[in-house]
Amino acid sequence: MIKAIIALMKILHWLIIAGVTLSLFGCAIHSTTPGTGKPQSESAYIENKGSDTIVNLALAWAERYQQLHPEVRISVTGGGSGTGIAALINGTVDIANASRKIKPEEVEKAGANGTKPVEFVIARDAIAVIVNINNSIERLTIQQISDIYSGKINNWQELGGEDRPIVRLSRETNSGTHVYFLEEVLRLGQADNKTLFSTDTLLLPSSEGISAEIRDNPNAIGYDGLGYVTPDMKMIAVASNEGGEYVLPSAETVNNDTYPIARDLYMYSNGQPVGEIKSYLEWIFSSEAQQIVIDLGFVPINPP
Amino acid sequence: MKKNLSWNEYLITGLIIVSGYSAILFVGLILFFLLREGLPSFREVPLPVIFSKRWYPIEDYFGILPLLGGSLIVTLGATMIAVPVGLSTAIFISEIAPRWAREILKPLIELLAGLPSVVLGFLGVLVFTSLLRRALDLPTGLTAFTGSFLLGGIAIPTIVSVAEDALDAVPRSYRDGALALGATKWQTIWRVTLPAARSGVVTAIMLGIGRAIGETMAVMMVTGNAPVLPVRLSMLFSPVRTMTATIAAEMGEVASGSVHFHVLFLIGIILFSISLIVNVIASAVVFRQRKRSERILS
Repeated sequence: MIKAIIALMKILHWLIIAGVTLSLFGCAIHSTTPGTGKPQSESAYIENKGSDTIVNLALAWAERYQQLHPEVRISVTGGGSGTGIAALINGTVDIANASRKIKPEEVEKAGANGTKPVEFVIARDAIAVIVNINNSIERLTIQQISDIYSGKINNWQELGGEDRPIVRLSRETNSGTHVYFLEEVLRLGQADNKTLFSTDTLLLPSSEGISAEIRDNPNAIGYDGLGYVTPDMKMIAVASNEGGEYVLPSAETVNNDTYPIARDLYMYSNGQPVGEIKSYLEWIFSSEAQQIVIDLGFVPINPP
Repeated sequence: MKKNLSWNEYLITGLIIVSGYSAILFVGLILFFLLREGLPSFREVPLPVIFSKRWYPIEDYFGILPLLGGSLIVTLGATMIAVPVGLSTAIFISEIAPRWAREILKPLIELLAGLPSVVLGFLGVLVFTSLLRRALDLPTGLTAFTGSFLLGGIAIPTIVSVAEDALDAVPRSYRDGALALGATKWQTIWRVTLPAARSGVVTAIMLGIGRAIGETMAVMMVTGNAPVLPVRLSMLFSPVRTMTATIAAEMGEVASGSVHFHVLFLIGIILFSISLIVNVIASAVVFRQRKRSERILS
């Protein structure tokens, strides 16, 4: 026992030494940062958190913006739209990323907490329905996709494919993509439609989980943001109703509104943005920032 | 000098007493917090809903049966894998392997115990799910069994390490006596050494199960997280959603104080109760064992 305590003390001792060294080191690096000559006190720190759909885009923006403005530090984390908005309501972040509109009860909660979310549409996104590259299915209507996910269609044969069971993949319920898919696809955009996901739908905690299973499993069907689709998966052409035109998702089809499963992506600031947050949000609408949107597979809000 | 020493000793005794009592304090606080946040769910959600088979919290379906069933079936599978393998490994290391092999094997297995479970989960997703799906021709490799397999792997080092210590603590004279009476090596192990070490072995198994039922990350990555109630043992090969994965996946998003938040804490209470029951059973077995051996000795 005493041995253990001594060992613990030793560990603590080293931790403290390591901590002190690191912080000294950190200070040293900090003070020699080749800045723009401005004093350190003017540096701004922006905390940005939320939707996993947007996280790569937000990171790319933050990186570029920090190159242009070395005095600004931007920290970007994911976690889901709900997580980001909850953090904004609690006042722990400056900008929340969301792949869905803020809910009325969230606005209410923000009001009670004394925060006032202000909305910005920063890009657009299409939800691509994806299957394994070896799946022979090319196109589906929204009604068919809804029937697959609600459990009415259980075999690819019923859709003209091979005799294989359908494995449904979805994001977790805390994902904005999940809620959007539920409302716009599963429930066909009807407010009084109470269709639910079939209970055997696999709820995967990350986009990467879905991609990995789609790549590997010829039975699987999944959905994810257009930005996450890689060439080793197959996108399904979607029609809003039978007899309608089947459209593959792309920047072009999203912008001319022919692809039916597309949505706006949002950033929320606490109150009308001021100072560095304002300049950052303004920069996001510049053609340079919107070019990054295109590079990452999303659709820009005002094409450059 | 002497005064200094006694002061030191006093300090250390004090520290040990404080840490001993703090364990009780912390468990008490955790229980209090769990109950305070979890019990309101009984008021907010009717009992038939809690004990229903549908879990879809964003539409107010709070049936926890699928989650409970998921955790149980994954843990059961993990136990079926980890106990035989873990015990045989412990017996091999303690009774059969030569001294030099033991010196290598024991530290290696203990090193395995320190492997972060998320690394195992990663391997599971990339390698094992695909192998399992092809080998058994399943619709998907993300199943309860995949979770059991990884959890078994996580529990085995714990079981081996503790069980080996217990076997090692059996006095040499027991084995010598058995061998002198003409028992074979196998008979000695099975009839003498293992029963003599039974309490330690049971503790090892319980610790292993405890490790398995509380594990989150690896399970969340490979079980598919579909909230289906497993009613047959064959559903070991279909996707399930465990209680731990549910808490981990949903706690980040949920608004504190909401119904969903309270139900997640209720799941926490259930997990807490399960590990409490496992521990009580383990200590009851160990205690009864000791009393019997004391009777024989006296």
